[in-house]
Amino acid sequence: MPTIVVEVMPKAELLDPQGKAVAGALARTGHSGFTGVRLGKRFELTVDGPVDDALRASVKQIAEEILSNQVIEDVVGIHYEVSNVELAEEAVEAASVTDAGFGAPAGETH
Amino acid sequence: MRIGVITFPGSLDDRDAQRAVRLAGGEPVALWHGSHDLEGVDALILPGGFSYGDYLRCGAIASLSPIMTEVVSAANAGMPVLGICNGFQMLTEAGLLEGGLIRNDHGSFICRDQVLTVENTSTSWTAEFEAGQQVTIPLKNGEGGFIASDETLDRLEGEGRVVFRYVDVNPNGSLRDIAGISNERGNVVGLMPHPEHAVEPGFGPDTAAAMRSGVDGLGFFTSVVRRSLVEA
Repeated sequence: MPTIVVEVMPKAELLDPQGKAVAGALARTGHSGFTGVRLGKRFELTVDGPVDDALRASVKQIAEEILSNQVIEDVVGIHYEVSNVELAEEAVEAASVTDAGFGAPAGETH
Repeated sequence: MRIGVITFPGSLDDRDAQRAVRLAGGEPVALWHGSHDLEGVDALILPGGFSYGDYLRCGAIASLSPIMTEVVSAANAGMPVLGICNGFQMLTEAGLLEGGLIRNDHGSFICRDQVLTVENTSTSWTAEFEAGQQVTIPLKNGEGGFIASDETLDRLEGEGRVVFRYVDVNPNGSLRDIAGISNERGNVVGLMPHPEHAVEPGFGPDTAAAMRSGVDGLGFFTSVVRRSLVEA
């Protein structure tokens, strides 16, 4: 199942009070060295069918007209990827293959 | 005059707006976001609140409601439309007013009696005021920072479309202290503060004369009601 990821950020020239608050918390907890934090949104849209040009055009329109408000935000990315669930499954499979590959004894923990 | 007040899921101040209309001598008509029927009203109010829990962006999902198709056509045909707080956010999201509203610069929700200057008295909703008149009405918002590009701000100011400006303090980081604006024609007005909460002695802001006696918000509603009588 293809997942379409749309990333939206507040316009660079605008104050981002949420990011500023996070930056303040980082500084308070001793995580120095970060000169700024900006906070945006990630949308995950899923489709059953194939990703074709018509779908891509539709996603672009949705991203610019509904998922973002162009007065205050920018669409900074549209990606077509596999879903988080699928990524997690792949990671688990990859880990088990690796374990087998290294011949780790069953039951041993690290 | 029949004035429609649209209720969206999460509207809070629809009943107060209806009451303000009644106190100003108009007839309030409760309208529903899911309908396509304006029921023949002569003016519209988009009330304050937290439609759809402010999900996506404040006012964004409400601005895509079924009834907004009719609201946009009526506004473009000249019907007086007032957006208060969340209603103002909806009008910007619907493209009926320029600019946008973002989170308050200090990051906190704010609730206070706010002094405004009325800078444009030729709109449908401000004709009862005098140019430069200061009014005090409640302000309560978390995302009330008005922003627009410099070019848009210059144009709004040049065309006299900054209708209200904050006085003494800028409560939310709004650029150029802008509290409310209008469209080119002056029939569509949006502002963050709440005139409908200052329409009846005993329930308004404190004044020098007496506690809670402020009724400066009434002029918004009498403006549109009296104009309709003059035109009738």
